[in-house]
Amino acid sequence: MAAETLSSSDYIKHHLQNLTYGQKPDGTWGLAQTPAEAKEMGFWAINVDTMGFSIVLGLLFLFVFSRAAKRATAGEPGGLQNFVEWIVEFIDSSVRGSFSGRNALVAPLALTIFLWIFLMNLMDLVPVDWLPQLAMMIGAGVFGLDPHHVYFKVVPTTDPNATFGMSIAVFLLVLYYSFKMKGVGGFLGELTLQPFGKWGMPANLLLEGVNLIAKPVSLALRLFGNMYAGEMIFILIAIMFSGGAVLAVTGGVLQWAWAVFHILIITLQAFIFMTLTIVYLDMAHQEHH
Amino acid sequence: MNINLTLIGQSITFFVFVWFCMRFVWPPIVNALDARRKQIADGLAAADRGRHELEIAAKRATETLHDAKQKAAEIISQAEKRAAQLVDEAKADAKGEGERMILAAKAEIEQEAHRARELLRGEVAALVVAGAGKILRREVDAKAHADLLESIESEL
Repeated sequence: MAAETLSSSDYIKHHLQNLTYGQKPDGTWGLAQTPAEAKEMGFWAINVDTMGFSIVLGLLFLFVFSRAAKRATAGEPGGLQNFVEWIVEFIDSSVRGSFSGRNALVAPLALTIFLWIFLMNLMDLVPVDWLPQLAMMIGAGVFGLDPHHVYFKVVPTTDPNATFGMSIAVFLLVLYYSFKMKGVGGFLGELTLQPFGKWGMPANLLLEGVNLIAKPVSLALRLFGNMYAGEMIFILIAIMFSGGAVLAVTGGVLQWAWAVFHILIITLQAFIFMTLTIVYLDMAHQEHH
Repeated sequence: MNINLTLIGQSITFFVFVWFCMRFVWPPIVNALDARRKQIADGLAAADRGRHELEIAAKRATETLHDAKQKAAEIISQAEKRAAQLVDEAKADAKGEGERMILAAKAEIEQEAHRARELLRGEVAALVVAGAGKILRREVDAKAHADLLESIESEL
């Protein structure tokens, strides 16, 4: 379904550009019309599509679960409650398995991470052109924009801003609980006094510092990389649809096969993000000597 | 793929969602689960207790039944013994009574016989005296021959 006037390269680039709102070079505020313009907006711009989808999906999750929570009874559970309890018990057993400390935050945190990321990843299974085409139509029809300059990225987790935003939040929690549980001295000691003892302090700091920084970076990049690559494959498959009947049918089969495989990936990535968060927080709660 | 304000926006959104989940979603569900777990545990314990009580009751019932049977058997055997005793007693009584009656009858017969003999003897003595008087043709003076008469009488 690549637009006839776009080349394959343009089509891919178009799909990989976020809908960015920020200050334009001429001083006015608005949506960026080209990728270059979006880049020029610098840090003080916001990806409307990423924020919009992530907030809507998060609210969807919280709405469904708070509804179930409000009606939760110890008696015979209904359909929704059963489903919610199944997920909650799954998360609870994961947390019990990996987290040895006592912290009321960890389990709800894990639940939020798992379902929010899962829902954001799930957007990847929506055929790649549906929502961007819809956005183009709305952009052109309602706001009078040039349809080819309406960018729209449906999967928030293919935007590094989203994955790094979450991993930095997790990192802040790790730092907070490290300082709280081990004390300032204990945490700094952990960073500087091992593995080589106090005479190898610079080397220790370097190793432990890399170790510490690697946590949020790997957390964010793993999720981003997986989802970005998956999205890219969907886009490449979608290009086949404009290459004649044979390629289109092949593309349809491939898209279906990749989508089935992707169900595993989106669940797995959400689970990995959750489990690693629990493990990092567990490490933050443990006192080494 | 530019890093921009979305990064911070996403972090804030994340914290808000986690806070909401921690405040309104997680506790009620986990509480409901715990409450149900407790209910089930209580129910199972009650069932166990009930089964145990049933066992005890069954045991007590068989014991009571056994006791009752034993007591009934005892009562029956006692009654049989008593009946036998009564029969024996009645037999003994009847025998005694019979013997007594026989003895009384014998004694009466003896007495009757004795009286009849006495009567006969008197009559025979009178006949003897009358006969002797006729033979002698004279009156026998009863007074004068009292000794004689008496000796005759006692010989008879």
